[in-house]
Amino acid sequence: MSMLSFERKYRVRGGTLIGGDLFDFWVGPFYVGFFGVATIFFAALGTALIVYGAALGPTWNLWLISINPPGVEYKLGAAPLREGGLWQIITFCALGAFISWALREVEICRKLGMGYHIPIAFGVAILAFASLNVFRPILLGAWGHGFPYGIWSHLNWVWATGYQYGNFHYNPMHMLAIAFFFTTNFALALHGGVVLSAANPSRGPVKTSSHEDTYFRDAIGYSIGPLGIHRLGLFLALNAAFWSAVCILISGAHPLGYAGSWPAWWEFIREGITWAGQ
Amino acid sequence: MAGYQTIFNRWQVVGPPDMGVPIGRDQRERLGTPLFNYWLGKIGSAQIGPIYLGGYGLAALISFAVGFIIIGMNMAAQVDWNPVLFVREFFWLALEPPLEKHGLAVFPPLNEGGWWLIAGFFITASILLWWVRMYRRAKALGLGLHVSWAFLAAIWLYLVLGFIRPVMMGSWHHAVPFGIFPHLDWTNYFSIEWGNLYWNPFHGLSIAFLYGSALLFAMHGATILATAQFGGEREVEQITSRGTASERAACFWRWTMGFNANMESIHRWAWWFAMLTCITGGIGVLLTGTAVDNWTLWGMKHGIVPYDMSWWPTTPSSLESSW
Repeated sequence: MSMLSFERKYRVRGGTLIGGDLFDFWVGPFYVGFFGVATIFFAALGTALIVYGAALGPTWNLWLISINPPGVEYKLGAAPLREGGLWQIITFCALGAFISWALREVEICRKLGMGYHIPIAFGVAILAFASLNVFRPILLGAWGHGFPYGIWSHLNWVWATGYQYGNFHYNPMHMLAIAFFFTTNFALALHGGVVLSAANPSRGPVKTSSHEDTYFRDAIGYSIGPLGIHRLGLFLALNAAFWSAVCILISGAHPLGYAGSWPAWWEFIREGITWAGQ
Repeated sequence: MAGYQTIFNRWQVVGPPDMGVPIGRDQRERLGTPLFNYWLGKIGSAQIGPIYLGGYGLAALISFAVGFIIIGMNMAAQVDWNPVLFVREFFWLALEPPLEKHGLAVFPPLNEGGWWLIAGFFITASILLWWVRMYRRAKALGLGLHVSWAFLAAIWLYLVLGFIRPVMMGSWHHAVPFGIFPHLDWTNYFSIEWGNLYWNPFHGLSIAFLYGSALLFAMHGATILATAQFGGEREVEQITSRGTASERAACFWRWTMGFNANMESIHRWAWWFAMLTCITGGIGVLLTGTAVDNWTLWGMKHGIVPYDMSWWPTTPSSLESSW
């Protein structure tokens, strides 16, 4: 029912990191494992607290619900539930769920004899989240520097934080992150497009990876090849997430950060360097 | 185990270069003697070249060069042709679009935006010629035209920014300048001039597809690398004749999140996500200042921004430490 035609032979015991055979089973299509139980625990608790927070808040409009971090006056201490304590516990639950999910992926990789690329890649995303709502608040000295959990309210935070720095687009690490995001998008379009074009040809039989290689050699003189494109894609995507985390970590009044106008930061080119004849 | 992580190619076959799938008479347009680079071969194909030039490629390169030189000469003129100043000021230099008062004039004075229009014409011509080339190269090989349709999505966003929206606004002035920092200034201004652009739902969709593309490529790239010891990268073969690599990849995602793509459909997800980034982005830009004057008021009217902003937290200043 919930199994693919070939799935049964892959459903073998073993590969667990913890718990032995105790949680080594499936529910419908989902593998459980110890970390599946842990994920459910954190996700259910976090979601219930979000619903509780919404009930305390001014609206049930899904777009407007916002679970807000504590005020900066609570510094790095625990805040009352209604004044950001919920946000603190939900952040903890989110990290617990994300890390459990990654470890569950490790168990599934081991079961299937696969490499660990997927959980490692997910780890980069978890680090990016932790940078925003754990590492940077700690560097700045208050949980209040985290972003609120809301579909639109978190954008308000991005907006209000970005404009404290003049024009955030001038942040050199933000430039790098955006360049990686755009390049990832570009490479994904090319890769998805070329595979679909070989499998769904405009004439004749289904084409081969030789045709894909020829297409890009004809176009730009180089084709990275069917294995290389996945290395490149993973590299680009992980760099997009990594430099995004760096660009916000370095923005702020702490020893590793810059607290000023990003456009002004670039004046070092004009003023910090001695130019011949100027 | 480390040997299965497929970080680098551990061996490389060196043989005569692959001159590409034959395309008949046009074969003579494939130029260059291929080179092999050992270190490039560590991550992908070691072979560089040949490249197909052809009439459209040549025309695209020439128009791009003309546009590029016009932009560079304008920037050089702004620093009085001083090469040291040109380097020092390079990030700040701009070729700005026409002044507002010139509206949609086709020949405004050269120093008041005329050069921008001419450069834009040549760059646009170059992009469109390159599109024709991508279309024709696919046709010549009998491939589907998916890459050229994806390219068209990017061209849509480009044309909205530099042509369609300025026409709807009634002046070329509203287009994006050429230049590193100047185009960032334009972006900054654009995102606050019409209310808060973040409340533009198409801007939100475009960002979601942009991030979604990174997520998809990380998931897909990692899945293929993780199944490479089973031949996961032989995707077209896996599409037509499913092997254990695809089966394991499918089981992985099914067991992880209860849903899996297959070897063909993951590339459809990828292709659509990448294209929708530009398609929705173009719609969002096109509506801004034309159909919608103020996205903040629009958001309040449609219930995505509270009238009472105290519902949301006041973002603290991170320019001062809270320690």
